[in-house]
Amino acid sequence: MEMEVFDLGLIDYKNAWVFQKETFKAVKSRNPRHALILCRHYPVITLGRGVDRKNILADESTLVLKQIGLYEVERGGDVTYHGPGQLIAYPVFNLGYFKKDISLFLRYLEEAIIEFLYDFGIKGTRLAGLTGVWVDNQKIASIGIAIRNWITFHGLSVNIKEADLDNFSLIKPCGMDIKMTSLETLLGRNIEIDDVKENLISKFKREETNDEGSFARVRRGN
Amino acid sequence: MTKVVLPELGEGIEKATVSYWYFKEGEKVNEKDDLVELTTDKATFNLPTPCSGTLSEIFFREGDAVNVGEVLAIILDNT
Repeated sequence: MEMEVFDLGLIDYKNAWVFQKETFKAVKSRNPRHALILCRHYPVITLGRGVDRKNILADESTLVLKQIGLYEVERGGDVTYHGPGQLIAYPVFNLGYFKKDISLFLRYLEEAIIEFLYDFGIKGTRLAGLTGVWVDNQKIASIGIAIRNWITFHGLSVNIKEADLDNFSLIKPCGMDIKMTSLETLLGRNIEIDDVKENLISKFKREETNDEGSFARVRRGN
Repeated sequence: MTKVVLPELGEGIEKATVSYWYFKEGEKVNEKDDLVELTTDKATFNLPTPCSGTLSEIFFREGDAVNVGEVLAIILDNT
């Protein structure tokens, strides 16, 4: 699978959001065919389309004091928190080259995270009806995506650093009473995010199942 | 007259919730414009406008659940 990887490092949510949209346009014009954006964010709370504002537990002054941004975005799902202790991946994939199936793509993202955790000897699991990846009923990775014209954006976050988990108390993640965990918590040792990025990237290989993209190109007469 | 139908979205997905109409009833729409955004589980997705014309009728409002195969709206062709 042809996929260009962009590593944005630690970046403000808004700038990465703009970058995602630019990448989306590039993938839509088929150059590159697929893209994977990796990054970490300064502390931010994002609200998906399924949001219930009651799930933001902190008041506005607390967020201002802690310099935590707040954005309403076009992804699915409720409220979530992102911070520098998470590794974030935004796959901008053209599902025209795969089966056009939203649930299959969500399960594919979960599988990538489960395989990533397996590299560290951790058994991640799915919980029926609760998209995301869990370890012993604690959540380690969250997923929320948007699809336009069968091209995906937004994506997933994996909790790596233990120190970042505290800020989840500012919200009710996904509108549920969830206990979050992190790779560091589970392994009981320090993990540098830069050291685990390649593990995650390597899990995004996927065999293309149809040639609809090139068929569309032929139809346009190119 | 063209019906805008909620297509198959994936295995096990039987319905979606309308989260945003990009146009109002009576407005002109162009083929391939984003017409409506829907939400299912942890994903939002769009339905593009199937043909150019006038968005004559919307059957589901924002917040309404729609079953796969149901008609969301009617577009009257300009011809």
